[in-house]
Amino acid sequence: MSVHDVVQRCQALFDDLEFNAVKHWKAAQPGRKAIGYMPIYVPREIIHAAGMLPVGIFGGGDQLEVIQGDAYYQSYICRIPRSTVELGLTGKLDCLDGMLFPSICDVIRNLSGMWQIMFKDKYVKYFDLPQNYDDSTGGAFYRHEMQTLRNDLERIAGAKITDADLKRSIAVYNENRKAVRELYGYRAQRPWQAPTSEVYLVLRAGCVLPPEEHTALIRDYLREAEQQKRPQRDNARVILTGSFCEQPPLGLIKSIEMAGCYVVDDDFQLIHSWLLDDVPLEQEPLEALSAAFLHRSVSTSSKYDEKKADKGQFLLRQVKTRGAEGVIFAAPSFCDPALLERPMLQEILAKHKIPYTAFKYAENTGQMAPIREQAGTFADSIKLWSAA
Amino acid sequence: MSTVAVKKPVVKEDAMWLQKELINRNYHELATARQEGKKVSATFVPGNLNELLMCFDFARSLPETNALQNAMRKKSGKMVLDAERDGHSEDVCTYVKADLGMMLGGETGPTGEPLPKPDVLLLSYTGCFTFMKWFELIRQKYDCETTMLHVPYQGDGRINPAMRDYVVKQLKEKVIPTLERISGVRFDIDRLRGYMKESAKAEEDLVGVLQTAKNRPSPIDGYFGAVYYIGPIFTAFRGVPEATRYYEVLRKEVEERMRAGKGPVTPEGDHPGEKYRLVVEGPPNWTSFRDFWKMFYDEGAVVVASTYSKVGGVYDFGFRHDPSRPLESLAEYCLGCYTNLNFPQRIEMICRYMDEYQADGLLINSIKSCNSFSAGQLLILREVEKRTGKPAAFIESDLVDPRYFSAANIKNRLESYFQMIKQKRTSNEMLHRH
Repeated sequence: MSVHDVVQRCQALFDDLEFNAVKHWKAAQPGRKAIGYMPIYVPREIIHAAGMLPVGIFGGGDQLEVIQGDAYYQSYICRIPRSTVELGLTGKLDCLDGMLFPSICDVIRNLSGMWQIMFKDKYVKYFDLPQNYDDSTGGAFYRHEMQTLRNDLERIAGAKITDADLKRSIAVYNENRKAVRELYGYRAQRPWQAPTSEVYLVLRAGCVLPPEEHTALIRDYLREAEQQKRPQRDNARVILTGSFCEQPPLGLIKSIEMAGCYVVDDDFQLIHSWLLDDVPLEQEPLEALSAAFLHRSVSTSSKYDEKKADKGQFLLRQVKTRGAEGVIFAAPSFCDPALLERPMLQEILAKHKIPYTAFKYAENTGQMAPIREQAGTFADSIKLWSAA
Repeated sequence: MSTVAVKKPVVKEDAMWLQKELINRNYHELATARQEGKKVSATFVPGNLNELLMCFDFARSLPETNALQNAMRKKSGKMVLDAERDGHSEDVCTYVKADLGMMLGGETGPTGEPLPKPDVLLLSYTGCFTFMKWFELIRQKYDCETTMLHVPYQGDGRINPAMRDYVVKQLKEKVIPTLERISGVRFDIDRLRGYMKESAKAEEDLVGVLQTAKNRPSPIDGYFGAVYYIGPIFTAFRGVPEATRYYEVLRKEVEERMRAGKGPVTPEGDHPGEKYRLVVEGPPNWTSFRDFWKMFYDEGAVVVASTYSKVGGVYDFGFRHDPSRPLESLAEYCLGCYTNLNFPQRIEMICRYMDEYQADGLLINSIKSCNSFSAGQLLILREVEKRTGKPAAFIESDLVDPRYFSAANIKNRLESYFQMIKQKRTSNEMLHRH
């Protein structure tokens, strides 16, 4: 399989708003179930341990015409809930047996209740994530949330989820996270060999494929990408941040790259890299998942920073470890978490003399010329400034 | 010769004057906090732990109240613009921007008196994601110490013991020790019980007042008028004996109006007569509050119940602060605030109001700034119409950004809506006659 074949396959999965990959997986064995989840994070290990397929739902992108979904939202609400409602109302999510709505913002939170009303025959859960990071406080609450999910899925599956099942699934996801880290590490080292428009698609395939298959796919891509001889350009190395929920159109990522930027780190589909290291297999599984969430997970704007000094440290580390020269804040319009966080992060970057630029998008943004111009000017300014 | 339009003086009932006095007194207490050697706290209206803060002698500031007070005094527009010039997006909550804009303008509060920088931000993260970012922003700018109380959302439409235990544990292990350290005052649980006892009395009277709107005519307006009634109990006065007395006085005054068959007191004077009874969902617009209210007054509309008047606590289904189990009760209070309820609960509550208050319809005032309230309100509208068979209408405005209050549009919509109710009423009457 060439790199082209891998990317083509990922592109096909990305384009398929009928979720045929999920349908095929279910059809392969009678009784299989699939559970959808929205951004930003759910412990997929529990779904996997129940023998179910976790399916990441990131809205409808720029290929879905939203008709019914718009009737549920005012103009000043972001686009992801309306396109997700559209997917639901047009039957595209019928292959899902349930949906999880994690704690990320008020819009997704409210969508959980809307889903309960609109899709009464489906399992729907608002999945709360702790903002208190003490093991005995936030951890106890989080373990209860996970145990509730475990009980619910046992009921739906008609079978117990044992600790051994959970440990097996944790091991599977540890391997998947390791592959994602390798993918991100490789891109940061050789971004011309692994452009972000491809890396994005490879990552996105993990939203609909079983994790074992996704891990193999990432490694196929890495192996094949290394075989390619692609020209290295004098592009600016940038971090892209703010795109953790509603995803930018693929054309926007391509535009940024075409404008002279190598994206060396990002926060797309954070679920794949949410936990920073392997979850220990020796511990009681829910305790291990809880500790990983509380102490070894990414920082992002839907998570509380306990101390002022913590703010922006994760981003600064990204800049340093990835060798980035600047930061692009790319946030969806009307995204409270990203847009409220932005001025704080900008202030910190300014203190550290790290250049940045900012713009907004929607998942169906069609006009790329302004973004290309802005990203190009930013890349030029970095290059000129670096040379000075 | 030019003519100058003279605005009629505002008419207020006695309790409204009392309420104003209380609020102004709190601003004075904040202004003099430094001289008096008092520490200053800030916290939000939903999940406001006023009784707890009083145990540590804090002067208490509520940023949403500051923003709305500035808006009612026509000061918020500039503050919002100043915050946007300082780098805040035009897309985000204008309460936040009005607050940050006010702080950029110096430490001056809505009444013109100094408003000192808080010593502690009690981040009671109840029913609104933006709260978390709001206090992170203030902390970033002004280096205020922050203590987080994460209140889980009622995603399944109920409070389970794990949720309550989580909040109580945070209170015991994080919030109370932080407040003790910053204030230098030792926590006394009996003092807390004492305040909570006062709270429960005031809550009882508040519910009594709000439920008088079940009568025809309603002696109160359950939205515009209720904003004044909830002022003390949702802010720095719940648990204070003066607030308890305020609610006693208010209840007597309102019950007297009810016995006399009078309608609500409005800024324009006594209500001209109740033609339409409405339930309203969503916060009011503050920048044109009086004009907004007048649109209802002009049409003979009275709001008999509203969800906004439950944003700082839902008391009408039986919850009272319980001094016998103080921390658990504080947790349940936070967990039960309106915006912490899930969608099926919110819809159920509105339908119940429509029925119990014999409303003609539901009006949703959708607020651009407030995703917590607004995201999904169009589904609320459909569901309530479907379940009650009564007409619902939708208008849009904002909290404190004057750019988003279009009087002509709102007035047009309201007029059409009242026409619709009238037609529906007439056709129903005809149906009954035949």
